[in-house]
Amino acid sequence: MTQLTLIRRIAARPSIVFDALTTPESIACWWGPDAGPVLKAETDLRVGGRFCVRFRTLDGLEHESSGEYLEIIKPKRLAMSWRWTGGVEDSGESRIDIELRPVGDGTELTFTHSRLQDEDSRRSHEDGWGGALDKLQKHLAQD
Amino acid sequence: MVNYNAQLDRTFAALVDPTRRAILARLERDDSASVSDLARPFAIKLPAVMKHLDVLDDAGLITRQKVGRTVTVRLRPQPMRAALEWLRRYERFWSGKLDRLAAFAERKEADARRRSR
Repeated sequence: MTQLTLIRRIAARPSIVFDALTTPESIACWWGPDAGPVLKAETDLRVGGRFCVRFRTLDGLEHESSGEYLEIIKPKRLAMSWRWTGGVEDSGESRIDIELRPVGDGTELTFTHSRLQDEDSRRSHEDGWGGALDKLQKHLAQD
Repeated sequence: MVNYNAQLDRTFAALVDPTRRAILARLERDDSASVSDLARPFAIKLPAVMKHLDVLDDAGLITRQKVGRTVTVRLRPQPMRAALEWLRRYERFWSGKLDRLAAFAERKEADARRRSR
């Protein structure tokens, strides 16, 4: 129903970024350790295959997220379902979409985390969820 | 946590509709309004507006107060604050992860170039 989009320019070719996103050794390297160590990283990189990352945050709590690969177009696109599984938090199942676009020698990465529940809410979302958020932010700024 | 998420779902479900967002925007501007004031700008009938107000009320985003024959509607922003905080929490989480991913991939790229020289 709502979504978060982040864009990063990375000075590395798309195939390197794609591997960094999908191989367990790489995930274990970049996921932590500012937030704490990665305890487990597993990926089964095929449509319908699962991934799982288990990590500990500095407050000593362990968290686990897992999901299923929904779309894999190497090295351009990756989509997966996402769910917090091992912790106190159950935010339901959401979706992550990652697009990698070559820009010069590097990559523009567009990351979208969404939990859109049906087509109708997606349309409404495109109509102006961003606008609604701006409004909220403005409102909160006045408090 | 479950209750917290149920509240978030209600907030986002209420906010996803353009008419309801327009009603909230109006209440933000004018502080309070009667139901007929709120209905005026929309090309929909009063009962439809009442339904939208029910959804906003259930989500705790407005309050309705009846004085005589007039129902006065006011904005109640607290649930929006919770929704926004939830989004910010996710943004902080992923922003940090993507920064680290970028640094890692850039190191790999530098290694690959060194090897191919």
